[in-house]
Amino acid sequence: MATDTTFTNQEFKIVGTRPPRPDGVDKVTGRARFGADASAAGQLVGLVLRSPHAHAKIKKIDTSKAEKLKGVKAVVTSADLPDLTKGDRGMFDMLENCMARDRALYDGHAVAAVAAIDAETARQALKLIKVDYEVLPHVTDVDEAMKPNAPIVQPYIRTAGIEPKPTKASNVAQKSEFGHGDVEAGFKQADVIVERSYKTEQTHQGYIEPHACLASVGPDGQGELWVTTQGHFTFRNVCAGLLGMDIAKLKVTSSEIGGGFGGKTHVWAEPVALALSRKANRPVKLVMTREEVFRATGPTCSTSIDVKIGATKDGRITAATATLRYQDGAFTSIWGMLGAMTSFACYDLANVKSIGYDVLVNRPKVAAYRAPSAPMAAFAVESTMDLLAAELKMDPIDLRIRNAAKEGTRASYGPTYGPIGIGPTLQAAKNHPHMKAPLGKNQGRGMACGFWFNFGGQTCTDLNIGVDGTVSLTVGTVDVGGSRASLSLIAAEELGIPYDRIKCTIADTASLGHNDTTEGSRGTFSSGMATIFAARNAIQVLKARAAKMWDIDVADVDWKNGRAVALRAEHGNLNELTLGEIAAKSPQTGGPIAGHNETVADGAGVSFATHICDIEVDPETGKTKILRYTVIQDAGKAIHPDYVEGQFQGAAAQGIGWALNEEYIYGTDGRLQNAGFLDYRIPVCSDLPFIDTQILEIPNPGHPYGVRGVGETSIVPPLAAIANALSNAAGVRMTHIPMSPPRVLKAIKNGRH
Amino acid sequence: MSEGIHVATTVNGDAVEYVCSPRETLLDVLRNRLGLTGAKEGCGTGDCGACSVTVDGRLVCSCLVLGAEADGREVTTVEGLSTGGKLHPLQTKFIEHAALQCGICTPGFLVSAKALLDRNPDPNEEEIRYALAGNLCRCTGYDKIVRAVSAAAKEIRNSNANR
Amino acid sequence: MQLSASLREFAGGAASVTVEATSIRELLRKLIERFPRMQRRIDEGVAVSINGEIYRDDRNQQIPDGAEVFLLPRIQGG
Repeated sequence: MATDTTFTNQEFKIVGTRPPRPDGVDKVTGRARFGADASAAGQLVGLVLRSPHAHAKIKKIDTSKAEKLKGVKAVVTSADLPDLTKGDRGMFDMLENCMARDRALYDGHAVAAVAAIDAETARQALKLIKVDYEVLPHVTDVDEAMKPNAPIVQPYIRTAGIEPKPTKASNVAQKSEFGHGDVEAGFKQADVIVERSYKTEQTHQGYIEPHACLASVGPDGQGELWVTTQGHFTFRNVCAGLLGMDIAKLKVTSSEIGGGFGGKTHVWAEPVALALSRKANRPVKLVMTREEVFRATGPTCSTSIDVKIGATKDGRITAATATLRYQDGAFTSIWGMLGAMTSFACYDLANVKSIGYDVLVNRPKVAAYRAPSAPMAAFAVESTMDLLAAELKMDPIDLRIRNAAKEGTRASYGPTYGPIGIGPTLQAAKNHPHMKAPLGKNQGRGMACGFWFNFGGQTCTDLNIGVDGTVSLTVGTVDVGGSRASLSLIAAEELGIPYDRIKCTIADTASLGHNDTTEGSRGTFSSGMATIFAARNAIQVLKARAAKMWDIDVADVDWKNGRAVALRAEHGNLNELTLGEIAAKSPQTGGPIAGHNETVADGAGVSFATHICDIEVDPETGKTKILRYTVIQDAGKAIHPDYVEGQFQGAAAQGIGWALNEEYIYGTDGRLQNAGFLDYRIPVCSDLPFIDTQILEIPNPGHPYGVRGVGETSIVPPLAAIANALSNAAGVRMTHIPMSPPRVLKAIKNGRH
Repeated sequence: MSEGIHVATTVNGDAVEYVCSPRETLLDVLRNRLGLTGAKEGCGTGDCGACSVTVDGRLVCSCLVLGAEADGREVTTVEGLSTGGKLHPLQTKFIEHAALQCGICTPGFLVSAKALLDRNPDPNEEEIRYALAGNLCRCTGYDKIVRAVSAAAKEIRNSNANR
Repeated sequence: MQLSASLREFAGGAASVTVEATSIRELLRKLIERFPRMQRRIDEGVAVSINGEIYRDDRNQQIPDGAEVFLLPRIQGG
């Protein structure tokens, strides 16, 4: 059937090869246009005024002097963004995060914005806005925020998930619990129990392109938004909702995106830009500075985690528990809960319990960062697994293999697994040449495995065939890393035509039905599936046209290798018709030929990865050097292997930065101290070696080609793999991420194994 | 009384004139006055290299150069890398080796890599990595970028040898 | 069907509930009929796992006879 998602185990002609990507030339010549690369006639420069306090009451904002400055065309505050959210807490939080209402909740929280004829005037205007703050006590540490006398960030919060229901306000927004069995009984059965506590500091996705948009709203309530985003349809719905506009009357075009990793799944300053444009009745270009990106967008959580694992002498785990405290920033979310869900997902456990806390602090609103919440939980669990292996005098990989989840395992977050790939990635790691490479002095090796969900979601695709037989493939999932190449491969495979006859474009919101955001590793998976079905629909039309051209029954027409073929001996005299030939005649056979698909893609399945890391430490300075790094991950089917490898390597590199150096440093004044790339130092070219990748292809039974999501999973193992390697190299257990030189030196000095 | 500064310069081989404010950076001028949006602002403080251009052959962060400083000099941006529809070997190798994912850092890397190969036509892996250490990439982990630069260097050496 | 811990309080503390349904839509409707307080939670976002496969959006999804069904919070990626 045309929309059957079952894996068909077919032989591929083009899928799996490595042709050049269609947007490649634009990107190497500077022609490709990103968020800040568009301009409109008469555009104004938008700038945002931000709170210099971590927590403060906003008593008064006087914008009168700013409004009078020559060249200023609009000034907005929360008064220009009335609350239309009708009790929807999620939308209200987004509104309040875009523009503070009665309180500034973190250093960098937007309090006002201006639109002026140039940047210089806009900067002057910001200086003329007088904000009357009453500074309040603040809290920025997750454990401090849980203490009884901590300053309360959101007074309406009563902790959810505990009995009896609390009446007092708290910074603990929610407690979540997952697991099964009887952990107390399980620990009693154990011969060996290991218990340890860990901390990870806050990091940012670190995309090189700051948030940028060009907003234009007219007095008739219609508008356009050009924006760098992972999901222009979602942005449209949210912006329209917050501004009281009709969804269909706000056209959002996704620019090329210069990195997102989850940080561009939510609106930040876009509603403000729209509000400015609406007030000024002119286009407003609003581009964030790097400092604003760090201070006022959506970094990931900092965490504090306790893990306890017990096992019998033969290496079989009898019980495992984890308590995870995640800070969500100043607005509640699900990150602690997600951490609790993923903690033990790699393992087959009879008795397991994980408890997650979502805690509020005076920090920016946390957004997803590639497999959100999983890397920190994996760091804590996989480090403890290594400690357990050492106690049991067992090889670390063998301990994982002994306890790995498999088909039929009850996952620690509840459901039972179908066929999954963790066993194969562990075996592949065990057999990998990396494991046999010699190690020298002050060098250590570590491995870790990681788990992530992958998602499907709402997807629309149009496939239109031009009269010259070339194909326009129009999709709605933003291309974050080369998916247009993969989708073109899929269309070429289905239609049976060469790859370079396909042109894949990302449509704006006016030209296609709703598409969910590119997150959850869903871009190639979902749009790929919709492309397959749209192509199959188009083939039905092509066959019908061929039947007309031949004047035979459409039941006698087959589609093979890009051609219509007449079946049955009596039609043997009919020459095959190529797609191009059928297309050329389309005006006379019924008009334009197209295939469409609207679907909710599901069945993306879960995915696993195992990483191996070799590291060298200088015991005098605490400096570390990654010597060798290997990523092994199950991709189901690699449509374009270059870009699958690219996802593995990129995620690993982010994990390396997170593990060794990146952290948000807050002062006692609650202000972010290192809001720039100099002091928030991400890995540079000279920090890293080549990153080896091994793509396993265990087909996903829920996708016609067996595709699994790949983009996120490989950020999950690095923190743990590197911590395990560094602990082995330094001879001391590392429990605090990032393992920057001062922390390494301190750990070596204190020497706990 | 205007404080604008009149600048006469050469950009990618073409004579160009503009008036800019004393505060404007070369990056601002290229992007906002000349429409050359290939150079990107990733940080504005010279830490990310996305704005890399060459001025009189010298690799610089254009966010740290004033628009006025370009007067009488030769500026080359990523838009000047290909000649008459023919891509530079660095450009073709970047595509061939999938050395870009989102592509925002690519113009900066191409300009920096060209500056490297202009002075060192046969760099080893370490030399490439250190020469490119001023360009941040968040998507690729640099693996395929280093391979692409190596491959381009080889191709340029071979085509020079064959002349 | 099983309920993850954060949802149990809306079902009177039960970890497991028996419901007859052939689709996710029917399942959720019957759940809310029986436990009206579930409505809010479901509106905020849930995912349904059928035999280990997680479904976030499609309420049309069929539930085979005797399938293992798990109600989870709605997860998101990055």
